Amino acid sequence: MSLSELTASQLLQQLREGRIKAVEVVAHSLRQIDQYDPTVGAFLRVNRDHAFAQAEEIDRRRSRGEKLGKLAGLPVAVKDNICTQGEPTTCASRMLKRFVPPYDATVIAKLKAADAIIVGKTNLDEFAMGGSTETSALGRTCNPWDVTRIPGGSSGGAAACVAARMVPLSVGSDTGGSIRQPAALCGVTGLKPTYGRVSRFGLVAFASSLDQIGPLAQTAEDCALLLEVLAGHDPKDATSIPQPVPPFSETVRQPLEGLRVGWVREHLGEGVSPSVLAAIQEAIKVFQSLGAKVEEVELPHARYAVATYYIIACSEASSNLARYDGVHYGYRTDEKAMLAELAEERRVLQQQGKSEALEDLDTALVRMYRKTRAEGFGAEVKRRIMLGTYALSAGYYDAYYLKALKVRRLIRQDYDKAFQKVHVIVGPVTPTPAFALGEKINDPLAMYLFDLFTVGTNLAGLPAISIPCGFSEDGMPIGLHLQAPPLEEETLLRAAHMFQQVTDWHRRRPPLLDRQAVAT
Amino acid sequence: MISLAEIEKVAVLARLLLTPAESQQMTEQLGKILEYMSLLNEVNTENVEPLAHAVELTNVFREDRVTPSLDREMALANAPHRDEECYRVPAVLGEV
Repeated sequence: MSLSELTASQLLQQLREGRIKAVEVVAHSLRQIDQYDPTVGAFLRVNRDHAFAQAEEIDRRRSRGEKLGKLAGLPVAVKDNICTQGEPTTCASRMLKRFVPPYDATVIAKLKAADAIIVGKTNLDEFAMGGSTETSALGRTCNPWDVTRIPGGSSGGAAACVAARMVPLSVGSDTGGSIRQPAALCGVTGLKPTYGRVSRFGLVAFASSLDQIGPLAQTAEDCALLLEVLAGHDPKDATSIPQPVPPFSETVRQPLEGLRVGWVREHLGEGVSPSVLAAIQEAIKVFQSLGAKVEEVELPHARYAVATYYIIACSEASSNLARYDGVHYGYRTDEKAMLAELAEERRVLQQQGKSEALEDLDTALVRMYRKTRAEGFGAEVKRRIMLGTYALSAGYYDAYYLKALKVRRLIRQDYDKAFQKVHVIVGPVTPTPAFALGEKINDPLAMYLFDLFTVGTNLAGLPAISIPCGFSEDGMPIGLHLQAPPLEEETLLRAAHMFQQVTDWHRRRPPLLDRQAVAT
Repeated sequence: MISLAEIEKVAVLARLLLTPAESQQMTEQLGKILEYMSLLNEVNTENVEPLAHAVELTNVFREDRVTPSLDREMALANAPHRDEECYRVPAVLGEV
């Protein structure tokens, strides 16, 4: 059996039993990257030499009988908005193209302590703002199932590299669906943990009340394995929850008895494509056949989630991204050109005798900020900063930001009520399978509306998982969304594992892999 | 919904510099997005407390103890413009 057909859990088993070596696993991973990444574009950087050296070291330690970490020898990809000490962390932005963090994110320190091998950093929408990875300023990522389509986003690289079997494990971040949506569109499994379950120390902030780091892999079992390493209280993140981490990798295989599954009428109606609808209905039947009781629940404020989310996320983003000032780190505009331009503007205004405009003219420092940010940020990031600044500005604060926070509570209360009746809520992750590259990039509102099923989870701080549950007529993967109450990741993983024991959607591979494998 | 003049004002607040074409496009796009967001007006939020964080933890304090922090050289290492010990910025006061 080829190494790329093995899941992370199976690879780990073989590594422990000494049937394969870490260097072989890493060599295979790098070969897959060499072969498919020129087409897919999942990675922004690959740490070839370092990965090999680390694998050799792990094999040596294993042969000496030393105790190794939980992920010893497994290649892991990391989204490039998570800080890696001494290695660039770009957020796929011109602003941070040359930024080299002076410290590791907590999750990176945990991966290293678990002896995972970080093979590279993956592409994303700039600062994780987008749903297609098209807003990346540093590279294009395609969907391995059809290279003319988007991989989803913002963790598009993170999902695509698992789908193309380049790595068994991948770390992403999810602010409004950025793990679950690309997982769904690329046919892999992705979990967004409860807000506070995983430390965000070292995750470049986008919207602090919504951001959360989580795992992507082929199976729920593998997500459990990775989550167990990533999760846990961290004194460096004041929002991290002081709760012990359950042994996810052990409990994931225990079936749930008496599972109650809820579905929401609006999630299975207008705007959802027929193939997605059919796949979700089929998935609900699978749960029924596994003994689950299925019933309808109501989320009456779900239709307000997108508007609420974009007001809150953009407001927080405008504040978080104020730090990119061209002074402390990151890009800075050419100062000579900037000063010359400003002097020329002043000269013209003086000549025209426009004293008022002259007084309003930027100081050199302010112009440096503005020009740096104009040149360093892409269009979507600017749009969100503008939207957030507007929503927070005097006169509009109550109408937009405060209003959104109130609706946010109503959305959370809907979930609390629904979870009194059911253990999990199922539905689609996206209204349609992956759309074509370029299709929505000039229509921001259409792009935002594509998030309607995932943003509510973040507003309420809940855990949720996306698992493969079928394909469209034209062969594109479809994802099933399972949401659970806070800190119920175990329920999600166990329910997802039960589903994956009786289905094989998660085992399907993009035709690209077999086509190119035959060609070489 | 939102005027060109407002966009230009917000751009200054946001420390962004938009070209006339960008400002025009921003006015149209933000207009559409804000129009969509007015959907929230139909929700009755009287007596609803705002929810800023999904997990409403109270303040987290640590002991007030001196611990090592990033040293100067490391903190300055990513600066686009610096001297031996400080960040450099354009003149803040006076004509340049």
